[in-house]
Amino acid sequence: MTWHPLWLSLEVAVIATAISLALGLWFAWLLVNREFTGREVLDALTTLPLALPPTVLGYYLLVVLGRNSWIGRAWESATGAPLVFTVKAAVIAAALHALPLVVKSSRAALESVDRACERAARSLGATELRVFWKVSLPMARRPVAAAAALAFARCLGDFGATLMIAGDIPGRTQTAAIAIYDAVESGDATTAKWLVIAISVITAAIVFLANRLERRRTSAA
Amino acid sequence: MIRAQINKRYTGFELNVDFEVAAGVTVLYGPSGAGKTLTLDAIAGFTTPDSGRIMLDDRILFDAGARVNLPVRERSAGYVFQSYALFPHMTLRENLVFAANKLPRLERHRRIAETLERFRLTPFAARKPNELSGGQKQRASLARALIADPRMLLLDEPAQGLDVTLRAELFTVVEQIRRQLEIPVLLVTHDLEECFALASQVLIYEAGTIVHRGPPLDLLRNPGSARVALLMGGFNVYEAEVVALDPGQQTSRLLLLGSEINGPHLRGVFKGDRVALCARPEELCLVTGPGPNRIRAHVRRITERPQSVQVDFGDALIVDVPRSAWAAREGSSNEGGWWIEIPPASLRQISRANLQESTK
Repeated sequence: MTWHPLWLSLEVAVIATAISLALGLWFAWLLVNREFTGREVLDALTTLPLALPPTVLGYYLLVVLGRNSWIGRAWESATGAPLVFTVKAAVIAAALHALPLVVKSSRAALESVDRACERAARSLGATELRVFWKVSLPMARRPVAAAAALAFARCLGDFGATLMIAGDIPGRTQTAAIAIYDAVESGDATTAKWLVIAISVITAAIVFLANRLERRRTSAA
Repeated sequence: MIRAQINKRYTGFELNVDFEVAAGVTVLYGPSGAGKTLTLDAIAGFTTPDSGRIMLDDRILFDAGARVNLPVRERSAGYVFQSYALFPHMTLRENLVFAANKLPRLERHRRIAETLERFRLTPFAARKPNELSGGQKQRASLARALIADPRMLLLDEPAQGLDVTLRAELFTVVEQIRRQLEIPVLLVTHDLEECFALASQVLIYEAGTIVHRGPPLDLLRNPGSARVALLMGGFNVYEAEVVALDPGQQTSRLLLLGSEINGPHLRGVFKGDRVALCARPEELCLVTGPGPNRIRAHVRRITERPQSVQVDFGDALIVDVPRSAWAAREGSSNEGGWWIEIPPASLRQISRANLQESTK
């Protein structure tokens, strides 16, 4: 058997978590701190990937990023290779899959930060960016870290959207979740078993870590 | 100098104030929910008024008409929060570094060392806020607010929930700031003692407006209206009928609490009019027998206080007796009620606004 799908999954999950965390924190900050037109729309859009079936999400991604879409064409003319059915596409699918979780948790985390501390920082001459980096985010670091851990687990386990947009190319875009499905389909019980065990152990460790992060926050408060 | 005209409407509440304060301590006094903190927040920039104009010296911080609304960070306001709002993830020194960020490096270090020393915080510089005592936190939040040389200092109920020692310490520090820095200090409180300890000027708030303003002692001498007397507390407020007026002698005769007594010179009233008067409990005295300006009443409640004994006769008749005088009358019989003397000079004419409420 090959461990390639597991390594690929971990690689995809690390990058996708970083992307969804960056985007998610930004969206969460906007939703908490800014009144703007389209706020409700942003709120709904960032929740949608959670509610939609992953295959539907994958279909939309194909439409938006596929070789006939303008993004897909722009990418292809810039890099010389299509975006879909690559590891990059798998990263996009996973990041999008994890985004609602990051936005929701980060929003709750940022809302729980003592308003007075942020106001104090502003009155001391800090810009919004500095308030966020030096005060809000450090004060919300535990719940945000917990959200990142869960987002990582979610990235690790994405199946539907990844299959739709990155495909199932063994050795190239076949992530662990897809490889398990393939292995079961083709009767390769050993591969399926070991991948399942590996994914389970990693996910369990992450959930444990996330819970600890959450718990220590509540006891400190 | 701060000049503020602030109007802000919410459902069921409207803040509408207009005031000007110079360097020195101005206390915003009044009951909770009167709009004191909202005023502070509008000046600091945390809330945007619906209309009005806020000036700090010659700078416009906010002007609804000219669409000027400076962000909080550009308003040079030192704000001290009721909860102190020290950054919990930073040490005390880091809190100060954050605040002194804009100063050049060397200057910053010197200033931080100086500030730590001045607020007696040097030994605790490496501690996180949760390892500091209440008094240290309080000094730290003041130090942080002042380190970057703000051009005004805003304090939101700084003494709320502090014990006596810490309050005294706070008063000392604020007094020091007043003497050393020529900046306006706005202090929100609903504690009368704080007013008198710190204020050079008091703005009395009620339901979103300023109902009275002046130096604290002036307000104590003449609260102006029954409403203010009621808000400040510590006043006996009466309604009396004018029985006779003698402008030549500068006196009057009044029917007050069922007795006819001599009153002060009254302005703008005629015989038979009803007037509102107030007197402070410490200006009335307990006496042993009948006489001019003395009325008889039955004690409802006696409250022991540190400096005096307060005797409540009901009907808004409260007398503060100094401890020495109280000791002197120990043992005298009070059969058939006590005699209270109301000196004519203690009675001050006030406007009748809100009298019904105040005499309840």
